[in-house]
Amino acid sequence: MTKISRRVFVTAFTGVVVAAVVMTAFGSVSLQQDEVSLIIGDSIGAQPSFAVPDCLALTRDTATTDAATVIAEVLWNDLDFEGEFRLIPRDVYGTIPSARSIIDLPFDRWQELGADGVVSCTVAAVGDGQIEVSARLFSVRSLESAFGVVYTGSNRNLRAYAHQLADEIHRTQRGLQGVARTRLAFVSDRDSQTVLGLVENRPVKEIYLADYDGANVGRVTANRGLNTNPAWSSDGRSIAYTSWLSGFPDVSISHIFEGRLSNPMSGNSREQNFLPAFSPDGRMIAFNSSRDANNDIYVANVDGSGLRRLTNNPAIDTSPTWSPNSQQIAFTSDRTGTPQIYVIGVDGTGLRRLTYETYCDRPTWSPPPFNEIAYSSRTGPGHDIKVLDLATNEIRQLTFGLGTNESPAYSPNGRHVAFMSTRGSGLKQIYTIRRDGNGLRRITSSGNNEMPSWSR
Amino acid sequence: MSGTRGSRRNWLGIAWVMVLLILGGCSDNPPPVVPDSVPSPPAEEFSEAAPPPPPPIAPRVSPPVVPEDEFASRSLEELNRDSPLDPAYFSLDSSRLDASAQRVVEANAEVLRRYPNWIVTIEGHCDERGTPEYNLALGERRALATRQYLVELGLDPTRVRTVSYGKEFPFDPGHDDRAWAENRRAHFVITDR
Repeated sequence: MTKISRRVFVTAFTGVVVAAVVMTAFGSVSLQQDEVSLIIGDSIGAQPSFAVPDCLALTRDTATTDAATVIAEVLWNDLDFEGEFRLIPRDVYGTIPSARSIIDLPFDRWQELGADGVVSCTVAAVGDGQIEVSARLFSVRSLESAFGVVYTGSNRNLRAYAHQLADEIHRTQRGLQGVARTRLAFVSDRDSQTVLGLVENRPVKEIYLADYDGANVGRVTANRGLNTNPAWSSDGRSIAYTSWLSGFPDVSISHIFEGRLSNPMSGNSREQNFLPAFSPDGRMIAFNSSRDANNDIYVANVDGSGLRRLTNNPAIDTSPTWSPNSQQIAFTSDRTGTPQIYVIGVDGTGLRRLTYETYCDRPTWSPPPFNEIAYSSRTGPGHDIKVLDLATNEIRQLTFGLGTNESPAYSPNGRHVAFMSTRGSGLKQIYTIRRDGNGLRRITSSGNNEMPSWSR
Repeated sequence: MSGTRGSRRNWLGIAWVMVLLILGGCSDNPPPVVPDSVPSPPAEEFSEAAPPPPPPIAPRVSPPVVPEDEFASRSLEELNRDSPLDPAYFSLDSSRLDASAQRVVEANAEVLRRYPNWIVTIEGHCDERGTPEYNLALGERRALATRQYLVELGLDPTRVRTVSYGKEFPFDPGHDDRAWAENRRAHFVITDR
């Protein structure tokens, strides 16, 4: 197998809150050389076992020694998240010394632990706030390097190195689009402020952002009011949400890299707009409005032009979500007396009912390659997350009666669902779960957190 | 409860005295422009334990004249804290005004006729059992149904705005039937006058 000498430069990790806008930048990445990688694991599809020991700190400053641990911990979590590898707990191999090169690697001890692959990395300070992270994935069985990469960049967001490394390992080892560098937008009351207004003691809810694993939290809105239902644009540059800033709900868009806000649907007290959803092709927004005196679904171009009423029924039609090809919209309607999920073409044709349950809402269409819709279904006193496979019409349930479980959102690779649950403390928290119902993780812990939207 | 309110009124009384002192203190300078909205007489009224007798029926003249009574001198915050407008309650997943909710709206319409310069916002609220997304529409429906009834009762539609808060702002934070019933409401807020 070919030895690897790929070098990847990473620059400018920032997570700076500027007034009402969070700026994040994951800088330019340049691949200098390509390679063919060795795939670790047998051909029958069993999960290979991976170990991720602490990196070796090549310089003795605190920033570097911190980085050596943080990067390994985060990488372990990132690799565990997709469920493609069996990650051996890190405390098991705390006594195995970190290696600087393949020559130092104690292969016999890793074999003893049953590891198929070991990620071995070094970290060194290389100048003003800069670090160099060098990582290699070794096959314990063949004593070879399967993958290697060198990153240099700022030491401010160490987790980003692990996230990029995890995405590269998933891509090269499993042909998988990882989500370690994606972000979640959500609603939180964590700053415990109250709304300024004529009625007292109402909690402020603002839009926040976090890495997919809950780290690096920043605020998108700071208007000391009610802001809900964040929805990412497909290019990851904008977040639309419902804001009550003007005293009534309207669709607001934070253009997070431009530090700009817009209200493209130009709502007023008689034409109120809420629950925006960007089309995957980035051209349109679907939302709910009562501008014609009844709750219906409307679509418009992202700049607010070309406004069109899509549904026209005296019942409530709400919660729009787009199909992956931007040609259909699934939504909630109570036209039969209870809220159920329907689908309709963007041209207004082909209306079809999808669910026949007690109470269903917040459909969320998966990205490809899956063709399914996750939704919240009343299963008892509370709700559970279910998934409808559109090819087979089969329904599978992801949560089972612990607290209430609402507002599902797909990861960009379709393999995970983020949702709000009140399980445990009774507070609203955001969790992620794999689409097969395994791998539940709690993402938030401060205050109440709900209505997640996952960046593409 | 009443103790808190009493002490709050005392504080407001003191605050008004201070406002008057400040306004009085300015009188050496060029004649102060006292805004029309500064109420009078202020201080004594807030320290009274019993409210004054009900105000007379509003005159049918225009421009509207604000009745001389306890509400005229109160701030919007004060008015809404101890509101003369009662909430209308709804049953689960419903935006239909039943007989008792209709009576509440009729009584509120009477108050609004008496104070023809009041602008109200009807807030639609839901209990926590539905999803937050559907409840936004349901809350809006409750607010719109309530507004519609006010308009049918002859109220000027431009005086009545609506907003839905879904299940975001429960009045009772509990998780039982009583709390839920309390939270399914059309809540009247006096937003301008």
